[in-house]
Amino acid sequence: MKPSGPLPELDNIKTVFEDIPHCKALGMQIIELRHGKGFMEVEYDKKLIGNPKTGVVHGGVITALLDTLCGVVVMSAVPENTPLATLDLRIDYLHPATPGETIRASAECYKVTEYVAFVRGLAYHDVAGDPIANCTGTFMLAATGFAPGKPPRKVKGKAAASAIAPREGGQPC
Amino acid sequence: MLKTIATLKEAGDITSINTLIPYAKTVGLESFMDDHGLVTVLRFRESNIGNYLINAIHGGVVGALLEHAGILHLLAETEAAVVPKIVNLSVDYLRPCLAADTFARGTVIKQGRRVANVRVVAWQDTPEKPVAAAHAHFLIGERSG
Repeated sequence: MKPSGPLPELDNIKTVFEDIPHCKALGMQIIELRHGKGFMEVEYDKKLIGNPKTGVVHGGVITALLDTLCGVVVMSAVPENTPLATLDLRIDYLHPATPGETIRASAECYKVTEYVAFVRGLAYHDVAGDPIANCTGTFMLAATGFAPGKPPRKVKGKAAASAIAPREGGQPC
Repeated sequence: MLKTIATLKEAGDITSINTLIPYAKTVGLESFMDDHGLVTVLRFRESNIGNYLINAIHGGVVGALLEHAGILHLLAETEAAVVPKIVNLSVDYLRPCLAADTFARGTVIKQGRRVANVRVVAWQDTPEKPVAAAHAHFLIGERSG
């Protein structure tokens, strides 16, 4: 049985996203968000270079962009306050990103079951028809992680963290 | 002489390669050798947090650690003629990766002439409790002719 309840307000998800330190550090931005589908981008920056010889950004930037967007898109596709954790993410690198160009991404959550949401996404420069990377991911629902709509609660220390860590699944998001 | 990844590999100084890579400095990737070989570390930084509710590190930068550890491991362990180019990466997230340094070690599962299959495991407290694991393919040779 699929989790039931109203879908979250998209503005709440955007607020959660805007407060994520790593997304701010890399300069990620949501371009468009609908329930179950979204678009994001990250501008080229010299601090993101992974290959000093060519100036191509590190694969980790694309991983972080796709991981974030997949999480955001799943969050928008499941009932409000459903906690999420990333189970896995697979990325195929199709061609290197072009130095100097903005990296864009699109993703959609194409299936939600009782405990798992399935998502796929692309990273590209100008056209999604010539992708830099393709990804598929799965997210565990009903773990404990972010829950848009709930006021953020700052918890410090390992004991506190383990008390609300996911019951199952991996990285809370 | 200008240091490059190739000259550092030639000199066997894999751990210094991180100093040449801007992204490694941005997120805090470092490496050291222990009795079993190369270990790559993602230093904890506030800017790497992806979940501020439980101060967990962003899954994307954990993926970056696994990929980076795989590349450095190939440079350390094989005669790769070029900097290995990633083909794909599949990350399994096993436990929450909390506010602490995260370590990763690679194992070459199969090395062919052009492609290598590498497994990488990341942990925080102890390697027996991995926080994430990945398998990845890298191109390690130039096409000849």
